[in-house]
Amino acid sequence: MPGDVPAGRRRHVIELDGVGKVYRTGGRVEVPALHDIDLTIADGEMVAVVGDSGSGTSTLLNVLSCLDLPSRGRYRLDGTDVGRLSERRLRRLRGRTVGFVFQSFDLIPDVTVRRNVELPMIYTRTRKRRAKARRALERVGLAEHEADMPVELFEAQRRKVLIARALINDPSVLLDDEPTGELDADSAAEVMELFSQLNGAGRTIVYATHSEETAGYAQRIVELRDGRVVADRRTGRRRPPPTLRAV
Amino acid sequence: MIELEGITKSYRMGTTEMPVLHGIDLSIAAGDMVAIMGPSGSGKSTLMNILGCLDTPTGGRYRLDGTDVSQLTKRQLARVRGSQIGFVFQSFNLIPRTDAIRNVELPLVYSGIRRRHRRARSALEQVGLGERLRHMPSELSGGQKQRVAIARALINEPSILLADEPTGALDTRSSVEIMELLVDLNNAGATIVVITHEEEIAEFAKRIVRLRDGVIGSDEPVRERASLSA
Repeated sequence: MPGDVPAGRRRHVIELDGVGKVYRTGGRVEVPALHDIDLTIADGEMVAVVGDSGSGTSTLLNVLSCLDLPSRGRYRLDGTDVGRLSERRLRRLRGRTVGFVFQSFDLIPDVTVRRNVELPMIYTRTRKRRAKARRALERVGLAEHEADMPVELFEAQRRKVLIARALINDPSVLLDDEPTGELDADSAAEVMELFSQLNGAGRTIVYATHSEETAGYAQRIVELRDGRVVADRRTGRRRPPPTLRAV
Repeated sequence: MIELEGITKSYRMGTTEMPVLHGIDLSIAAGDMVAIMGPSGSGKSTLMNILGCLDTPTGGRYRLDGTDVSQLTKRQLARVRGSQIGFVFQSFNLIPRTDAIRNVELPLVYSGIRRRHRRARSALEQVGLGERLRHMPSELSGGQKQRVAIARALINEPSILLADEPTGALDTRSSVEIMELLVDLNNAGATIVVITHEEEIAEFAKRIVRLRDGVIGSDEPVRERASLSA
């Protein structure tokens, strides 16, 4: 467990208290994926979750994003116990608080970058969703590419468009399962620099990764093994100065 | 319908130009069903991007339905894509946690069209998913997801359907089902281009164009079509 408390007296945006997650397969067999996780993440932290495949990193991110509810224990997101919410209120809380970069939701090749970013708000009024998509693209530094097609972009840029899509509702927490999984070293560094900027501007970021290099950008690394937290340490990296407040 | 004349495409890598297509001549008539094959690196994805107006050629001329689209602006290309081309991709590209009918409506939302529901329902019925309108992508099999994607591609009544490795993520049985659906749509009048690297999939088409190192190596009719022997 980390010895020092994060700088200042920041509030905890994520609080897991004895969280367990069990999947049922075939109705009877229970497959435990997470055991008794206690984890608090303060507003403005950047945390990497590491572990071998099967260690529970993806499950943990699914729980944090409220795509999956804990089977045991309590998850408070932004001060609210998600287990006590109706589906509708949960959706609203998630929409406001969490942006998630989905692995299974790649860019649609036959629509422009901006329209790809707009997808989570597709049923909102056109003018509003356009403005929000532009703002999200500005945050990731791709404003001038809004009319491009995905095929015209480099890998790192495509990844940034996915991040812009997760940021469209300006959530306080950004979650990403393997932000650099399929990228070469230069592209990976570019994406992680963006994470640092977004974090410097105050956004909380939690990501799962298999890469030590990628994990090294975080201020804190949480390691899972067999669904348990086996290490939680600070990297010594500090939150970047908020020079890019506008981000 | 489609006429390519001397189409070339190069990509700039730093200061060097990387040629990918070296002069493609290809005509596809309305009502045809063509498979484009080639090993990776042969230029078939690049050709698909140009055919779909997702990317512009470096040289040559592309006429789609009589209009020269090789020199259009981005905005004009977007209009051509939206009205004339339906796309199907390997990875389905459905929006998560959004039911089948809403996924199919998507192109209509972009075009600002009302009364979307009825058209989306009829497109889903056309691909045999009339009973699954309210299913989420996670509740559908791979083959069903691809049917939803095909319904979405059809909803604007495009003049051509471009399918890029449509069976790449499917098992053999679902692959055959999807190809049979495409053959049915072709029999009903749709012009279809399928990009694939699988011979068995290509044999559902009426004609196979093979690319090699950025040029057309062969262009031949299929003698025994897979679906007709079934």
